[in-house]
Amino acid sequence: MSTRQFGQPVQRKEDPRLVTGNGRYLDDLGQDAYEVAFVRSPHAHARITDIDVDEAVEIDGVVAVFTHEDLDGPAADRLPLLIPHPSIEAGRTGYPLAKDEINHVGEAIVMVVARDRYLAEDAAQRIVVTYELLPPVVGIAKSRDGELLVHDDAPGNVAAHLLQEVGNVEPAMAAAPHTLTLDLEIERSACMPMEGKGVLAHWDSDEQRMRIHSSTQTTTGVRAAVAAKLALPLAQVECIAPDVGGGFGVKIMHPWPEEVLIPWASRRLNHDVKWTEDRREHFTSSAHERGQLQTVTVGFDDDGRLLALDVKFWHDNGAYLPYGVIVPIITATQLLGPYKPQNYRVEFWSMYTNTVLVTPYRGAGRPQGCYAMERTMDAIAAELGLDRTEVRSRNFIQPEEMPYDQGLLFQDGRPLKYDSGDFPASLAKLKALVGWDDFPAYKKEAEAQGRKVGLGIGCYVEGTGVGPYEGGHVHVETSGRVNVATGLTTQGQGHQTILAQIVADELGVSIDDVHVTTGDTRRMPYAVGTFASRGAVMSGNAVALAARAVRAKALRIAADALEVSEDDLQIEDGTISVKGAPHASIALSTVAVMSNPLRYAFDESAKAATQFAGTYDPDKPPIADDDEPGLEGKDFYSPTQATFANGMHAAIVETDPVTAEIKILRYCVVHDCGTVVNPMIVEGQVHGGVAQGVGGALYERMAYDESGQLLNASFMDFLIPYASEVPHIETDHLETPSPLNPLGIKGAGEAGTIPVTATIASAISDAEGFAIRSMPISPDELWDLRRQRALAATSSSTPEEPA
Amino acid sequence: MKPAPFVHHSPHTLDEAVETLREVGHDGKVLAGGQSLIPVLNMRLAQPAHLVDINRVAGLDTITVTDHFVRVGATVRHAALQRHDDAYAVLPVLRQALNNVAHPAIRNRGTTVGSIAHADAAGEMPSIAVLTNAVMEVIGPKGRREVAAGDFFEGPLQTVLEADELLEAVRFARFGPSTRTAFLESARRHGDYALAGVGVAVDVEGEGSDAVVRGARAAYVSVTDIPVVIDLTEVVAGQRISSSWDGVDELVQAGIAPEADIHASSDYRRVLAAELTRRALTGAVS
Ligand SMILES: Cc1cc2nc3c(=O)[nH]c(=O)nc-3n(C[C@H](O)[C@H](O)[C@H](O)COP(=O)(O)OP(=O)(O)OC[C@H]3O[C@@H](n4cnc5c(N)ncnc54)[C@H](O)[C@@H]3O)c2cc1C
Repeated sequence: MSTRQFGQPVQRKEDPRLVTGNGRYLDDLGQDAYEVAFVRSPHAHARITDIDVDEAVEIDGVVAVFTHEDLDGPAADRLPLLIPHPSIEAGRTGYPLAKDEINHVGEAIVMVVARDRYLAEDAAQRIVVTYELLPPVVGIAKSRDGELLVHDDAPGNVAAHLLQEVGNVEPAMAAAPHTLTLDLEIERSACMPMEGKGVLAHWDSDEQRMRIHSSTQTTTGVRAAVAAKLALPLAQVECIAPDVGGGFGVKIMHPWPEEVLIPWASRRLNHDVKWTEDRREHFTSSAHERGQLQTVTVGFDDDGRLLALDVKFWHDNGAYLPYGVIVPIITATQLLGPYKPQNYRVEFWSMYTNTVLVTPYRGAGRPQGCYAMERTMDAIAAELGLDRTEVRSRNFIQPEEMPYDQGLLFQDGRPLKYDSGDFPASLAKLKALVGWDDFPAYKKEAEAQGRKVGLGIGCYVEGTGVGPYEGGHVHVETSGRVNVATGLTTQGQGHQTILAQIVADELGVSIDDVHVTTGDTRRMPYAVGTFASRGAVMSGNAVALAARAVRAKALRIAADALEVSEDDLQIEDGTISVKGAPHASIALSTVAVMSNPLRYAFDESAKAATQFAGTYDPDKPPIADDDEPGLEGKDFYSPTQATFANGMHAAIVETDPVTAEIKILRYCVVHDCGTVVNPMIVEGQVHGGVAQGVGGALYERMAYDESGQLLNASFMDFLIPYASEVPHIETDHLETPSPLNPLGIKGAGEAGTIPVTATIASAISDAEGFAIRSMPISPDELWDLRRQRALAATSSSTPEEPA
Repeated sequence: MKPAPFVHHSPHTLDEAVETLREVGHDGKVLAGGQSLIPVLNMRLAQPAHLVDINRVAGLDTITVTDHFVRVGATVRHAALQRHDDAYAVLPVLRQALNNVAHPAIRNRGTTVGSIAHADAAGEMPSIAVLTNAVMEVIGPKGRREVAAGDFFEGPLQTVLEADELLEAVRFARFGPSTRTAFLESARRHGDYALAGVGVAVDVEGEGSDAVVRGARAAYVSVTDIPVVIDLTEVVAGQRISSSWDGVDELVQAGIAPEADIHASSDYRRVLAAELTRRALTGAVS
């Protein structure tokens, strides 16, 4: 009996290679390639008046120096606006190399190609760019003022403006017995994959073919973009993602300027060219996320039930808008979480600033939405003196209301309709896990010892597995080896393992025989990419469908050979046998041989498929009209809408009464991502997500000064939590299968990150007795809040603001 | 992030090192563990034409414990000193402080003497040098000279070392038998440069709960531009070890001048340093 792999904590197939240093990352490739360094703008807002490269070209080993003037064809045009949306009023994108205006520190101006990176940097240092400085717009408040403009033709610095309303907020708000208004703030952070971006291009002038390796989350996207920008036939361009050392969203954005420029230079110079991003470049020349100002007005009844919710927020999209309004749309829609607002109105403005652009980062707008909603829930509880979980559960969508349509359009342009979920059950599990009801006693005890402790909660719903589609290709070789290909890319999540688990079960073969390739346009030219927690949902189902096609074909061939009905056959351990009569069997590898009628025998097993072997019915064509040679199958999974995972987190924090240092004592997660393919991998995703969430809540921020300089552009000062800052994570799971896909899967990749900021804010507020409205928060800031409150309390006698 | 071109010199003896420094010191830099220098080179914040790599110089990697001091050679790694049991036995504050210096990977390469020569007031070991009244053993073209720790630091990243001089070793002076020490700091993340840190040396008379404090000194990290010692004796002398250390806050806050940066305000750092001092005093005597 082969054991079922699906649902088992199968060890990751990719790990032995990756953890023994045998990964192949971008910079491991292209040893003979020319290398590139860029001259990047030191100013946030400026006009280029002159570029002097004379000294640079004299350095021995420098091959070429390019500026915008050198670019030709579509490569000289602006980069594409990837995701158009009707709300976009002024969609601006940059050029691969700046043309005349600079809009953020770090924007590429000159590309230096040299024998190695050292020489390229020596040369870059000698290039003199002269600027006419323009006043920079930094921060949402300044952008909103609209006095100074980032782009002259984007009035008020508004890139996009969108209003959505369900129900009728105004009368409901007016009639509500209670209303509250909260002003909230959340700062920037960034993906910070350990491996930055990187591109290697190989131009084959004989074949007029371009091969690109990119550390990307979408090879099909890069391929199409490069073909367009270099005016090459799509068929002459291929793109491969080697091992990718993390993405978290920043590598789904494409084409990055370098993804256009490196292939362009490779063709121009007829030589391999490579660029490997360094950390400083990653800070100032890739993407950030999260920064928003929010104003929430909520109306509710005496029981804490929502009657009307009115949200306005201003989203900082940085200097350009290549990824459209995906992030603020997600905030606007996913803000609702597991709740029924009755009447909901949300309006956002996506704002330009002279800072690095903003594109999705793990969670992609959801952490901000969750933060707005959960701060609001806590505020209602405080206002009414109710338990915070009580207020939440009174507003939950109930399991029997599923599927539940929130009446909005989600980021995929499709209805925001929750497919399944059991929120009351999740909350019950969380309360049990963290000991919610025992906490007041613990808190009292701690207070008696002079300690400040607080308990916080955060609930979320996450739309995962968005379309449009993903494909799977499964091919059984005559050796019995099973090759699986899917087009989306992998960044270490464990796709090689979970896709192999799925195919092994569907085909009835050992997981060791299944070999998965991702992100190679030579193997699967139709694909979308890795984002939105969609890998398992989309490619998982696609490879399952493809494997089912292979299985059907194998059974058909075997049934013919064994002269039985297909219904009587089973496949186990790579052998097809008649149920109840195990001796009547045929190996899947033999079926693979028979599936491909041959003229030439290349080995012993192939003989069975040759023309004189007597295997085939001489009255029929070797390949039937509706058939193809080979034991392979291809299929695509394309859902009508996203699946909605959910979860709830709770944290216990302690704040130092004097130094305001913040310590997470316990962190509990209840998580529901539908049917679990591999619990160990899901657990790992949750852990990693929480770690990044803790970073966003307590440590990470982009410290821009007024002139648009990023003051903490290194790992010395941009504080990613170490293992020592990440709490032990206690988890519990719920599995409510998705009715939307054959495997019942929902996504799990971003879940851990989403509610952490909300949960920690809730816990600190509980410890301190006043509401935290700006995140992340440092000890210094918490100390200052205490000081300001103490000052206010002595200078006036205003009543305490509720937590 | 690649350094500008430089010539790498790798002397094998102290004489050779001194000679090389005489020749190129004015346009060069000593390379010890490289944990501070290499990042600066990679970011091209410094572009010395020569690096005098002392890692292969024989005899610089020794730790010597005598009745009066712990002598640490120029290539002794933080990790080696941290692990050194004899040094810990006679001068525990070395390990107490080193536990807070960065992370194992950095301590395995970074040198204690290098961190003192680097003179970053956010470094732990410059403060320990002043707390222990260490003696700097300097060698250069004009021969050897000794400098007291209190005279060594001139400003942020500035010392009395000439460009062609090498800090050959540091002698940390041992405290008397009645002195107890502690080191405490608060960093945003464990192992980061501290927002504020303090090492204390408390002179205690008597044993157990009857013990009484005779005097105390404290040296600071990250809250002054050069490492300083504040003598707390006037407010702590005569106090029981269960003291709440009244008066310490004022004395500390008056004696330091922390600068604000993106991680913390000046006011916060001042309060933090004072609170850490009180906790370190309690930690030292309990
Ligand atoms: C991520 C990270 C975190 C860190 N955190 C901390 C921390 O928390 N606390 C802390 O104290 N340090 C920290 N450091 C710095 C570390 O302790 C360094 O090792 C130390 O500051 C310098 O020692 P080094 O041997 O590496 O010196 P190098 O980097 O080789 O040299 C530093 C400077 O000192 C000069 N120099 C070195 N040795 C001599 C000598 N014998 N004579 C004359 N000049 C000399 C060099 O010319 C150079 O200018 C950190 C470093 C990193 C990379």
